[in-house]
Amino acid sequence: MALLEVENVHTYYGNIHALKGVSLTVNEGEIVTLIGANGAGKSTMLKTISGLLRPREGTIRLAGEEMSHYKAHEIVGKGVVQVPEGRKIFGRLTVTENLEMGAFSKVDGAAIAEDMQRVFALFPRLKERRHQLGGTLSGGEQQMLATGRGLMARPRVLLMDEPSMGLAPILVQSIFATLQQLHRAGTTILLVEQNARIALQVADRGYVIQTGEVILSDTAENLRRNEMVRKAYLGIS
Amino acid sequence: MLRRALERFNVSDLSLYVVGAPIIALIVVGSFATLRAGHYTTRQWFDFIIFGLAQGSIYALIALGYTLVYGILRMINFAHSEVFMSGAYAGFFVASALSRSKFLDSNPVVGLLVIFAVAILTSVGVAVLLERIAYRPLRRAPRLVPLITAIGASFFLQYTVRGLFGSQFKTYPTVAILGGTWTLGANFVIQRIQVLVIVAAALLMFGLYSFVQRTKTGKAMRAVSEDKDVAALMGIDVDAIIVRTFVLGAALAGAAGVLYSLMFRQAQFFMGFIPGIKAFTAAVLGGIGNVPGAMLGGVFLGLFESVGPTLFLDGLKVPAPYQLKDVIAFTMLVLVLVFRPTGILGERLARAKA
Repeated sequence: MALLEVENVHTYYGNIHALKGVSLTVNEGEIVTLIGANGAGKSTMLKTISGLLRPREGTIRLAGEEMSHYKAHEIVGKGVVQVPEGRKIFGRLTVTENLEMGAFSKVDGAAIAEDMQRVFALFPRLKERRHQLGGTLSGGEQQMLATGRGLMARPRVLLMDEPSMGLAPILVQSIFATLQQLHRAGTTILLVEQNARIALQVADRGYVIQTGEVILSDTAENLRRNEMVRKAYLGIS
Repeated sequence: MLRRALERFNVSDLSLYVVGAPIIALIVVGSFATLRAGHYTTRQWFDFIIFGLAQGSIYALIALGYTLVYGILRMINFAHSEVFMSGAYAGFFVASALSRSKFLDSNPVVGLLVIFAVAILTSVGVAVLLERIAYRPLRRAPRLVPLITAIGASFFLQYTVRGLFGSQFKTYPTVAILGGTWTLGANFVIQRIQVLVIVAAALLMFGLYSFVQRTKTGKAMRAVSEDKDVAALMGIDVDAIIVRTFVLGAALAGAAGVLYSLMFRQAQFFMGFIPGIKAFTAAVLGGIGNVPGAMLGGVFLGLFESVGPTLFLDGLKVPAPYQLKDVIAFTMLVLVLVFRPTGILGERLARAKA
């Protein structure tokens, strides 16, 4: 049984039918990527899994348990944690406070402190800046903070929405190196990316989504070789 | 260059400056004339300042309720003045019962604590119901809609109290230990009740500030005020945090209600209106949504209202300047909005959309 199972999910924004029966699975320990163009429904998928949007139809299960009736904050408690698009760190909270907010659903103070040390070990830069306000960090540091904040919730599944967005190529490399590091440590990741090239480098499997429907799913390796993917998403003819 | 400057400097801006500049000139000239005439002794100025501080502390406590709710919901809770009134009213019933049974004379400290506790609980209860019934169902509605229900709820509460308890002023019982004065140094006299008001307000504000800065709930409140969806993605129950915000604001308003009634010795169904509007002014003055701003704005407004009329107007030979204290308070609000729309410490009201 897959850890996260999304089955035939339909989501609407008002009258706009944004997801038209999407199904996907993420197994324990995998990095699965969801690639597609702007407006294809990638972020909508993550918002639906996180409970910010309600699916009108379909089921979302975590380790077999139906999730779609839980509220957004309860879903975090269940272990499905999203690092949102555009980082969305709290600009008027300090770095430490941002990380504390990531651990909001946790009550064990010692475990929280331990997790924070782990995040600081992963991103030493954040430790240097721990008393600074989030809003004063650079784009790359904000992405580190957003990722670290997600890890503070000890996710069973980490949902990453466009971590490469707006970052210089060298920072993108370093963020994806971190994702691989997390992957090796056993974290399960569902990665949404417009930058299909780098997403397919780190992922085990991938789904291609277009106007609210999954049009292709395969291993990352096969997708990299796929004619259509090469043309439409990797820019290779 | 010149054309761009002219385009930016439009007629309404100009007219505002035309109104603002003479008022500031008037304040400067008036203050100078008053001080030179020297009709008032140092002791009288001291009295004005202490009264202003006490009055301002109460404004600040109420202003915090406006600013906390605004910070988190971007909504002006116009029924907050009735949350304040409910506390004062509930405090009145407890105070008169305790006074009749002589308990208030034999155990004044315990008695006062009971009065405060009941007032705070009542205010909190009213605010929680208000949030649940009048605001939460409209969370996704356009911003003007909860504003209208807030005004409706405000009238509902006022006239419910009037219907139940009548429209006459209720006289708050006297508390013997708060009655007297203390003399400081040569000839500075300070009323005990004013000391209670200032000290209690300062402690409450310090407590609130520490709460918002240090506790998990306080940090979550700040996170929710920045972005509700992202806060939910952190596992924060946004609705619960909103309720706690209302609870905090209401607790301060309830305490302010009792302090106000102890100072002015009365309670009435309409008593919330003027302090409510003044506190709202104070919140805007300090920068709405900003916690230290509301404290600063409240104290500043109280002082301005108390010292201002005499200082600015007496020297200009205005008879009975103290009658004009509300004019002065609201003139200042207009001036602040003209010259510094963000308030002393805060963000733009224009972004508020209500």
